[in-house]
Formats: sequence, C-alpha cells, structure tokens
Amino acid sequence: MVECVLRARSVNKRFGGLQALSDVQVQIDRGQIYGLIGPNGAGKTTFFNVLTGLLPPDSGTFELCGHPYWPTDAHRVAKAGIARTFQNIRLFPDMTALENVMVGRHVRTHANALDAVLRTRRARIEEATIRTSAQALLDDIGIGHYACHLARTLPYGDQRRLEIARALATEPRLLALDEPAAGMNATEKIALRALLTRIRASGVTILLIEHDVKLVMGLCDTVTVLDYGKVISMGTPAQVQRDPDVIEAYLGRAHALVASPLPLHTSAGGDGST
Amino acid sequence: MNETAAEPPKPPLAGGRPPPRVLAAMAAVGAALIVLPWVAGAFGDAWIRALCFVALYVMLSLGLNIVVGFAGLLDLGYIAFYAVGAYTYALLASPHLTEHFPALARAFPSGLHVSIWVALPIGASLAAAFGILLGAPVLKLRGDYLAIVTLGFGEIIRIFLNNLNAPLNFTNGPSGLTLIDPVRIGHFDLAHPGVVLGMRPSSLVLYYYLLVAMAMLAVLVCVRLQDSRLGRAWMAIREDEVAARAMGINVRNVKLLAFSLGATFGGVAGGLFAAFQGFVSPESFSLNESIVVLSMIVLGGLGHVPGVVLGAVMLSMLPEALRHTAVPLQLAVFGRVLIDAEVLRMLLYGLATVGIMLYRPRGLWPAPEHGVQPMFGGARAAAPGAAEAASRNG
Amino acid sequence: MDTLVQQVINGLVLGSLYALIALGYTMVYGVLNLINFAHGDVLMVGALAALSAVGLLHGMWPGLPGWLLLILGIAAAVPVCVSLSLVIERVAYRPLRHAPRLAPLITAIGVSILIETLAMLIWGRNYLTFPQLLPEAPLHVGAATISVTKVVVIVLAALIMGALLWLVQATRLGRAMRATAENPRVASLMGVNPDAVIAMTFAIGAGLAAVAGVMIEATYQVAHFYMGFIPGLKAFTAAVLGGIGNIPGAMVGGMLLGLIEALGAGYIGQLTNGIFGSNYQDVFAFIVLCAVLIMRPQGLLGERVADRT
Repeated sequence: MVECVLRARSVNKRFGGLQALSDVQVQIDRGQIYGLIGPNGAGKTTFFNVLTGLLPPDSGTFELCGHPYWPTDAHRVAKAGIARTFQNIRLFPDMTALENVMVGRHVRTHANALDAVLRTRRARIEEATIRTSAQALLDDIGIGHYACHLARTLPYGDQRRLEIARALATEPRLLALDEPAAGMNATEKIALRALLTRIRASGVTILLIEHDVKLVMGLCDTVTVLDYGKVISMGTPAQVQRDPDVIEAYLGRAHALVASPLPLHTSAGGDGST
Repeated sequence: MNETAAEPPKPPLAGGRPPPRVLAAMAAVGAALIVLPWVAGAFGDAWIRALCFVALYVMLSLGLNIVVGFAGLLDLGYIAFYAVGAYTYALLASPHLTEHFPALARAFPSGLHVSIWVALPIGASLAAAFGILLGAPVLKLRGDYLAIVTLGFGEIIRIFLNNLNAPLNFTNGPSGLTLIDPVRIGHFDLAHPGVVLGMRPSSLVLYYYLLVAMAMLAVLVCVRLQDSRLGRAWMAIREDEVAARAMGINVRNVKLLAFSLGATFGGVAGGLFAAFQGFVSPESFSLNESIVVLSMIVLGGLGHVPGVVLGAVMLSMLPEALRHTAVPLQLAVFGRVLIDAEVLRMLLYGLATVGIMLYRPRGLWPAPEHGVQPMFGGARAAAPGAAEAASRNG
Repeated sequence: MDTLVQQVINGLVLGSLYALIALGYTMVYGVLNLINFAHGDVLMVGALAALSAVGLLHGMWPGLPGWLLLILGIAAAVPVCVSLSLVIERVAYRPLRHAPRLAPLITAIGVSILIETLAMLIWGRNYLTFPQLLPEAPLHVGAATISVTKVVVIVLAALIMGALLWLVQATRLGRAMRATAENPRVASLMGVNPDAVIAMTFAIGAGLAAVAGVMIEATYQVAHFYMGFIPGLKAFTAAVLGGIGNIPGAMVGGMLLGLIEALGAGYIGQLTNGIFGSNYQDVFAFIVLCAVLIMRPQGLLGERVADRT
C-alpha cells in the first residue's frame, strides 16, 4: 500500500486584490518525484512558500504522512520533515560547503549551549557524527572535494547541489526543490536528473517546481499544472501533456484546438524555456 | 569541475586540538601575562590598574561579540548588563542596603557581605534575565531599529540608576555605592593580602591575576561556543536568516540565547568591576561606554575571538599610553595641554570606528576563513557575495 | 486645570523643537535608509556657533537689540550646520551607500563621537550660558505663562514647517526629493541627480536643526557640547512615532511626543504618589520609542522608505 507523504487540499491565498492560489490541491505519494509546473506567475512559488511556512495560507488542510500539518513557523517545517531549496540559491556564502551541510544537521541534533561550553562527551560525539555525516553527504552528491571551500566560491551547478545536500542533511520525508535546474546547461541537467533519481531511490520523496518542461516530463511520476493560481490539470506526464487546457495555458488557444502534444522532442540543446 | 581556489584550504583539525605552533604561541602569551604585572609595576601602580581594566574590557568585548559578532545583532545598550552585574554585587556586599533599610539591618546585624562567588552568579543570572526581557520583544526588529531600541533601554537603565534614590533609596542616585567589599577567596582578602608564598604582593597584582584568569575563561567559553552546533546556528542566521529558518533553526530562540549569553558576560564583568573598584556610580554606565566596547570589537575584527581581544587590548591600553605620553609631550612642546587625555581617548574611539568602517570594515584581525562579516561589507566591498548576503537579510 | 494648560503649552514648545529636528532624521532615512546618528551633534555645533557669534557681535556692538542678535545667531548657525552636514555626508556616508545597512550606522556613531570631541576642544567641557535675548516678561494665557522666546519657538517652527511642506509638495526640488525617496534608481533614470538630491536633503535637515539648536539654547539659556544627544534621540523617536520617512509624520510625531513628555512630566508625580518625579522626564521618550518600535514600527502615519533593491 503506497502511503501518502503530503496531502494538501483547498489551499487559498490572496494578496490584496490578487487571488494567488485558489483551491489548490496536491497529493504526493511516497517515493514519487512530483512536479509542479505552470506558466510564470501561476502561483508555484507561492504554493511552495505556503507549504514551507514562509507565507501563511488563508485556508487549506494539510496532511504530512497522515498527520495533520499546519505550516506555521518556517523552522518547524524542517523538523516536521519538509526540507526545501530556493529559486535563487540561499546558501550561507561565507561558510564552507561542509559547514553548510553541518547546519542542515542542526534540526536532528541536540547539543545546546551548556554542552558546547562544557564540551561534554555527548556533545563531542555528536559533533564528530555531524561532521562525518556531512562529509558523507557531500561525497555522495559528488562535491566532497569542495568540503573546505567557501560556499560562494563553488561553481553554480555545484552550489545547487550543495543546497540539495544541505536539505538532505535534515533527513526530510519530502524534499521540496524550487527550480533546481534554473540556469543549468544541458549536461548539468542530465546530471541533476540522475541525482534526483538516486535520491528517490534512497527513499526520499521529491516535490519540484520547474520551468524546464522536458526535464519534468522525463523525470516526474505525477505532475500538477497550475495556471493563475488554479490547478488546471493533474496526472502522469503523458496525460498532462495531452490535456488541451495545459496546452492552451502554455501555447495559446490556437495550439489547443489542434491538440498537438507539447513539443518534447526538440533538439537536445534546448533548455526548455517556456 | 574547475577549482576556484588556487589550492584547497586545509581542513580544520577535528577534535579541537590546536596545532603545535598555536600551542607554543599560547604558552608564550601565558608566560608573558604572568610576568607582566611585575614589569608594569616598575613603572607605577597606575599601569597595573590599567591592565586590570584591560582584562575587564576584554570580558565585555567578548560578551558583546557574542551578540554583535556571532549573532549579528547590534546592541547599543550593552553596558546596561554591566551595570546590572555591578550594582547587584554592590548592593549585596556594601553597607548601603543595611544603612537605608532598617528591616535588613536587623536581619543582617553584621551587614550584608555576600561573597562574590555567590553574588557573581546572582548578578549574572539577573543580567541574563534582563537580556531575555529586553530581547524577547525586540529581536524581530530590523538592524538599525534594534540598535536604537537597545540604546534606549541602556539609557532607561542609567536614568533609573540615577534616580532610584527617592522615595526609597535603592541605588543612591548619582553618588553611587561605596565601601563595596573586595574579593575574598576563603579567608584570603584580595584587598589586604598580607604574605603570600613568602612575598608581599600588592592587592592590585592579585586582582590582575584574578581578572586575567576570568578573561581567559571568557575566551575559552567563547571559542567553545563558536565551534559548536550553536555557534554554527548563529553564523547561519547572520549569513541568511531565511535559509537558517528553512533548515529548522529556531531563529528567535537562538538570537535570544545570544542576547542573554552576552548579557551574562556583562553581568560577570560588572560584578568583578564593582569588587575591584570598591565603588560604582551611574557615570560608569553611560552610552559612551557601550560605544567604546562596540568600537573595540569593530576595530579588532567582529566575530573573530582573537581579533576582539586585540581590539579590546588596543583600545583600552592606547588611551593610557597616550595619557602618559601625549600630555607631557604637549607640555614640553606647547607649554600647556591643548588636548587632554579624556578628549584624546574619545578622539581615538571616534577615529577608530570611522576609520575602520571606511577602510578596513572587517577589522584589524578578521577570521581567515569566515572573515567577511555580511553586516559590514564596507566602502570597498569585500566580496560581492557578502553584500548580497546582507541585503538578503535586510 | 492650570497645570494642564501650562503643560500643554510646554508640550507645544517641546513638540515644535522635536518636530524641527525630527524632520532631519526622517528625510535622510527616507532617501538613504540611514539613521543619521550625528544629526543631534550637528544641531549642537550650530547652537554653539551661534553662541559664539552672538557673544562676538554683542562684544563688538553692545547696542544691538536682542531680537537682531537672535536672527544673526541663527544666520550664523545655519551655514555652519549645513556645511558640517554636507561634509559628513560626503566623507562618511557616501562611500558606504551600498554597504549593508549597519555599516553606515556604526560609522555615524563614530562621526558623532568625533564631532562631540571637536566641540569639546573648541568650546570646552563646561556648560555655557546663552544670554536672554528676547524680553523676559512672560505673557499670560489664563493662569499659565509663556515666555516670548517660547512663543517665537512655536511660531517660527510652524512657519518653517509650512515652508517645507510647500517646498516638498509644490516645487521641482520637492518632487525630485520625493522621487528619490521612493526609488533612487528610477529617479535617476528620470534625470534626477540622486547625489545632489541627497545632499540637498542633508542640507535642509541641517538647516532645520540649526534653527532648533539656537531656539533650544535661547529657551533654556544653556549650551553644552553634549546637548545634542538627548534631543536627537527624542527627535528620532518622534520621527519613528510619526512614520519614518514621512514628512508630515515627523511634524505630527514631534508635536505628539512633546505633549506626551510635558504632560507626563507634569502629572507623573500625582499619578504615582510621588514615587516617580519629573526627573524621569527623559524616560518617557525612551518608553515611547521602545513601545512604538515594538508595537507599531511603521508609526502613526505610515513609513515611507526608499525601495533600494
């Protein structure tokens, strides 16, 4: 029986005169890679921010692994099991890559000020464990050799990977990635796809927002399409790409009438910009 | 992938043992510190007194560094915690309360002489409590507003200290509290030491050793805090508060912890100050003093413990040195004193602050790896990343 | 009732002074997102310069009438304050304009210390007396009294504030200032020179501070190198109370704070049965400051700060 990791229903959010999210619902099952796509301004990032506690929703119900979940304080979100990355990469630029990931371990560890000052045995052991597990994560993701480099000196693609490593350090049940492929070239995207597949294989469920339709269609098990804050389609990539509403949203009414699937098989160099 | 650094930096040694070079340096410094009061004493007692104040300022700077340097919160009223610690000990170990409150005089017929080793924890806890009281409502404010509110708080404390002498005389107003007990270790009184190990050390020298020892303890605590889960959380908050929150760090509580830990340092230093000086008055706890401590950590290297100590030593020793050189120099050259020592001191602090911010915003001795403090990118911005990080935090 | 009228009058006087000073803070914050910590010290330098000027003029021409001396004092203070303010902006703030927000604040603190030291050197450490220039005999408002000087404070402040509102709303410079305050980059794209506008903002604020400084010493008869700090801090409180960056806000905030302080100081003895007296007057402003920043940081009329992204 496939258990559900995240169920969100009737999520609404209004900003002044703009209804940014209206009755959005999402159901993510364990072990899936779930894609959230839609044209610019559709509300994807708003939904993300609501889910991860950065924005309070006006209404909605959320269930995380069967338990009711109300995304209030952002810091409780990580503890509950949702870890996220950011569209514009929010690393700790002047901390080393290793330290960035070590911060990710914060939420699952316990040493407090007293432990730190007294250097209790428990604190020392925990500190050593944090360090080794952080290094292991970096190695796993493929940037282990950057451990002692300041995060801001890493090449762009590796910075994105570092952010993912840091999120993984929180031992999430759901890894929420906000446009992880933004700014990447085709080679990097292939590597990203392999990475995400590996992460899924290790038991972490993934939710991702992406603009690169080709990447999403090739990678995701289920896709939800948003437009103007509403869900206009949901299903497997194959189903969604044939949905006339989706085609209309992306390409305009004329194309929808012709009912041709979204152009997925363009030349390899395309970066899938919509 | 390209290596962006010329050579990968060496990983810090795990387990916290400093490399032998550093250990040797520490031993040398330790030896110098032991010998120093005897050397300084040859030039006069005033120099030993100055060294004692250096130790106190080191403690204060380390405390403020936790708040400003580690957690990135600009506190302009820090000296209030120093005042709390000082007045706590002063009230518990001087004739004032028994003189003005007959009920207490009856309860303590031989006077209130709480030992400093009991009073210090009380003062420190009280300071920490004030820290939480002040911090809780204000930590959500943006940087410059936080600075002003803390400044206001510091002034409120000073005004209360100045005026709580009527109708009930708690603080004795502007006159302050005198006849404060000196430090006693067992039966050993630091103010009247007598014979120790066959020598007759002056009370000043003994206080020096006590204060330097406490200062070194403070350094140890700071270093341990910095290289810990909590220290990393502070650094993360400083670098990018939003990301820190997303990683599960309870930003509010962690900031509050910084505030109250910093306050604790101030409280301990305050108690020691009261015992050392023998009297306290509101004058010692003005905004100027908060600014002085701030300039010490800014000059030395915000967030970097060795830098902070350097800044404290420099900005507390230099005015003393100037007092002993610039005044006679002016007398010799001009026949009179144009700029007296007090003015020179303030001039020094002002120039140090402005100069460092404009020309070396990271301080004289910033941390080698994590040196760039996102708060102070400076006129010649250290790196694009730093200014960006700070503008993200706003 | 008499106390009430008297305290209201005191409050209006205080409020007028706070409003003049608060405008300097609010305008600079509006364009630069910077608390000009040195503003109070600029006021102090102007006041002391006026003191010296008045003393000098009186020494040279003893027959000069008091009101003329006062005007000349202000005329001496204004250029001093304006030039000092422009120098500070150029040397200490402009290089840090794109630095993260706390760097200029720390620098401002350092500048403040330097100016105080400078004043200490020039004018000494002692409290100096400012002569009584306007007629001493108080006017009566019912049972309350008000000195001529205090009337002048209120009237002068009102006139100046009116002129400033006109400047900001109805002139080209005012439009440029408002545009820069809203979004400096876009304003520069529209042909506004942000450096010039910022300099102008500092200059106007300094001019207002000069007037306030002279009126403070004329009212209270005393000047001192540290006289700028407390009024400066209170005026900043007033600016925040009204809404930082908001010019009418600074005026409203200033008057309101003056009234709160005067009424508080006047009645606190009665309210607390003598436990707290009027010597706690300064605490009111600080309590208002903390309360506003914690509970309503955008102030009464809303803040107007630059979009400096």
